[in-house]
Amino acid sequence: MSDASSSGPAGSRLRDRWSAFTAGLQEFYAGPYRRTFARAQRDEDDLFMLVVLADALGVPDPAAYHSVELVPALYPEFHAWHRRAGLERSPLEHVGCC
Amino acid sequence: MNSLVLMLIGLAMFAGGYLLYSKFLANRIYQLDAAYPTPAHEMEDGIDYVPTNKYVLWGHHFTSVAGAAPIVGPAIAVIWGWLPAFLWVTLGTVFFAGMHDLGSLWASVRNRGQSMGLLSGRYIGPRGRNLFLVVIFLLLLMVIAAFTVVIKNLLISTPSAVIPAWGAIVVALIIGQMIYRWKMNLALTTVIGVVALYALILLGDAYPVELSDPILGMSPETFWIVALFLYAGIASLLPVWVLLQPRDYINGVQLFIGLGILYGAVLLSAPEIVAPAYNSDVPDGTPGLVPLLFVTIACGAISGFHGMVSSGTSSKQLDSESDARFVGYFGAVGEGLLALGAIMATTAGFATLADWEAVYSAFGEGGVGAFVTGGGAIVEAGLGLPASLSATILATMAVLFAATTMDTGVRLQRFVVQEAGDLFGWKIGKGVATVVVLVVAMGLTFSQGAAGEGGLRIWPLFGTTNQLLASLTLSIVAVMLLRKRRNPWPALIPLAFVFVMSFYAALVQLGDLQEAEDWLLLVLDVVIIVAALWVAVEALMAMNKARTEPAEEADADLAGSSRGDGS
Repeated sequence: MSDASSSGPAGSRLRDRWSAFTAGLQEFYAGPYRRTFARAQRDEDDLFMLVVLADALGVPDPAAYHSVELVPALYPEFHAWHRRAGLERSPLEHVGCC
Repeated sequence: MNSLVLMLIGLAMFAGGYLLYSKFLANRIYQLDAAYPTPAHEMEDGIDYVPTNKYVLWGHHFTSVAGAAPIVGPAIAVIWGWLPAFLWVTLGTVFFAGMHDLGSLWASVRNRGQSMGLLSGRYIGPRGRNLFLVVIFLLLLMVIAAFTVVIKNLLISTPSAVIPAWGAIVVALIIGQMIYRWKMNLALTTVIGVVALYALILLGDAYPVELSDPILGMSPETFWIVALFLYAGIASLLPVWVLLQPRDYINGVQLFIGLGILYGAVLLSAPEIVAPAYNSDVPDGTPGLVPLLFVTIACGAISGFHGMVSSGTSSKQLDSESDARFVGYFGAVGEGLLALGAIMATTAGFATLADWEAVYSAFGEGGVGAFVTGGGAIVEAGLGLPASLSATILATMAVLFAATTMDTGVRLQRFVVQEAGDLFGWKIGKGVATVVVLVVAMGLTFSQGAAGEGGLRIWPLFGTTNQLLASLTLSIVAVMLLRKRRNPWPALIPLAFVFVMSFYAALVQLGDLQEAEDWLLLVLDVVIIVAALWVAVEALMAMNKARTEPAEEADADLAGSSRGDGS
């Protein structure tokens, strides 16, 4: 028991150091490519936005009945999306983000 | 001279540079302020702007700037003797590279993490950014062409490196899967990756691969060049997590292992340097030491490419401005260590002076081949590994460095092509841009002959372009110091020296290329000379303006930062 208690703080310190080391290693691995991944993620999200809003934008979409439920969840990103898509103002009348 | 003594003197100079000169720069010149809100905090977005532990950031910075260039340059330049190369690498690292890398990091941090391209527009003039694009395009083009030839030469001269060099791609592909698909622990994955890489080195040493001549209607030289370009094209188009990211990572780990092996072997074997301190009997056709030494060794003494890394990524991740001293200056010291290792390998790794002279029989003949042969002999003597295995380890290390730089070069050049297309209103897709890059780079590589003969003749031009970029960065730093009414000489002296040497070298090469009737490289050289003159005129005007106009207010950077306009 005494052994365990005496090794406790030391073991804890060791674990902390190991955690810090693995976190640093992870950062060393991921850091240089963080931007590339973020850009890929954004492109994917933009495509998803386009698919969900297809019907509202006048493109016939057989899955619109299902995807319309997702529209409110995408509102927070809508303004940034239409600006990135080259549309100065919101293309949807019922979404007056700007 | 014993190489161990040389190593200790070199290490002492680097240590002195970091402990004394970088402290002077940090406190008196750049006046780094731990309380200054860095862009990583001011603009934190979890993507580009992320406060990062300084040791991890140093690791990123060092592995981004270190590649095959600090090996290739010194390995060619020792033809003038070990002393000039040693002095330029050590003094260059301490007074030029460290100053330049720390300065570019500081300049970018004080300007919301903006890149050197944007800063040249702000401090040098509106044409600065266009000039930057031209210089970067040339630099990347030459890097791709030269490093393809470097790898091809290694695969031919050290056939035992063929299996590990290409097998490393498979290792990287598997590491990518282990991390992203199978969610394996990174530390464990790293150990598996390194063990697999060294197992491939053992396998390659046992089964050297020498291609038949001809192969698929091509000479082995042409075949390897074509294969390398095809590989680089595919690698740059694959999602980065599949190949490039794990390849960069394993290469970064290998960089530390390789440096440890080389320095450990010198420490244990302490071989005598057989090359002359100053070679007064250089082979016919060797250009003059002044100015060619100062462009033959660019990376490892001072390199403009470091400014791109400092301002492109590192400045956006600096947790505290005072960390710039460790990340920037010590990053340059890391590269100086690699260059010093290359000098020791290529001057102390031969049994006799005659052996050394046989390898350095013409300018550009030693190069990475001499690094592998000489370094292999030192590793054999120091660590007791068989000679062929030692050479295979170093050849694999050099191939991996060169290949990673080539991969990245193709990818970056693709972005430059797409950006240039945007200027003309052309939307250039990823695939088309990659083909354009490969065709142009292959054209340059084969312009010397179907086997890429004399590909290393591009090397001094690469060095000249790189030093030109460094001059541009130092000009920005000097203008900032002048505006703030601080001592500009630590920037102005390296600036004047590097600029004069690179311009002089460009003029010397102009004559050489005309004599050799190498019209393609001649045109490139003319472009470099025009760009250099442009840099000089713009920078002088900017510095004169900065000197005569009222001093910048003490909180000008901070105001610029919070204003958020970057102007």
